[in-house]
Amino acid sequence: MSTFPAAKLIYAAIFLFSLATTVGGALFAVLTTRLIRSVCGLAMACIGLAGLYYFLHSPFLALMEILIYVGAVCVTIVFAVMLAEPDEPKDEETAGEALLWGGLAVVVAGAIFWGLWRLGASAAWPATQGAVNDGSIKAIGVSLLTTYSLAFELISLALLVAILGALAIARTGRTKP
Amino acid sequence: MNTPLYDRLDIYLGVAAFLLAVGIYGLIRRRTLIGMLISGEIIFSAASLNLMAFNRFTAHDQTVGQIFVLFIMGLAAAEIAIALSIIIAVYRNYRSVKTRGLSELNG
Repeated sequence: MSTFPAAKLIYAAIFLFSLATTVGGALFAVLTTRLIRSVCGLAMACIGLAGLYYFLHSPFLALMEILIYVGAVCVTIVFAVMLAEPDEPKDEETAGEALLWGGLAVVVAGAIFWGLWRLGASAAWPATQGAVNDGSIKAIGVSLLTTYSLAFELISLALLVAILGALAIARTGRTKP
Repeated sequence: MNTPLYDRLDIYLGVAAFLLAVGIYGLIRRRTLIGMLISGEIIFSAASLNLMAFNRFTAHDQTVGQIFVLFIMGLAAAEIAIALSIIIAVYRNYRSVKTRGLSELNG
């Protein structure tokens, strides 16, 4: 199919790189004690996810993931870290309690992962038959302006209400000039 | 002929399951509101990746999943804005964002 001989190998390497970035970033985000490192882990995971979206034939979502998550969400969380507490508080629990609750959390998370992995790998998912469009950016634009136009308008309304609500909540408690 | 790694549905489902598990672990273990918020974002990402994987491999209309994930991102941004302003307000009242200290409504 491809004329370049090692193309498949390079695809696989880039895919494994974005996979490792996603998984490593997510682990980094929950395991570090400093919150600012946690935010960096979230940004790493989002960059890896953008790569995975690209492999899922959606360059549009890859762009949006970087724009919204890395560009907006992570930066906003960094602001909150600067205004509030920079670090996770020191452990108040004893070593035994930490081991107990940490072990319980690992067991719960491991059970969820194992169950979903088994389900996803064993079920026979039906393959696509007779796709009505190719999922290109043009097709996304057409369906946003026809089938999903109401939802599109509602999401802009939700964002407006969220901005006003955030302003109202953050303003109360400030001393008036 | 075996399919390459990046064209297999179960790989993506496995990554999404892993992200969900990591997010839930973080929600249980984190002791600050901001840390829990970050774990929540990871769970959002898991859901988005799952929807995109099914959209790519099993959906008739290839745009549905992409638009759905776009809406999830928009709602996540709105949620972050609200949650962070609540966190700032809490910090102003308690001088702390530790979840254990927020017990005023405790019965």
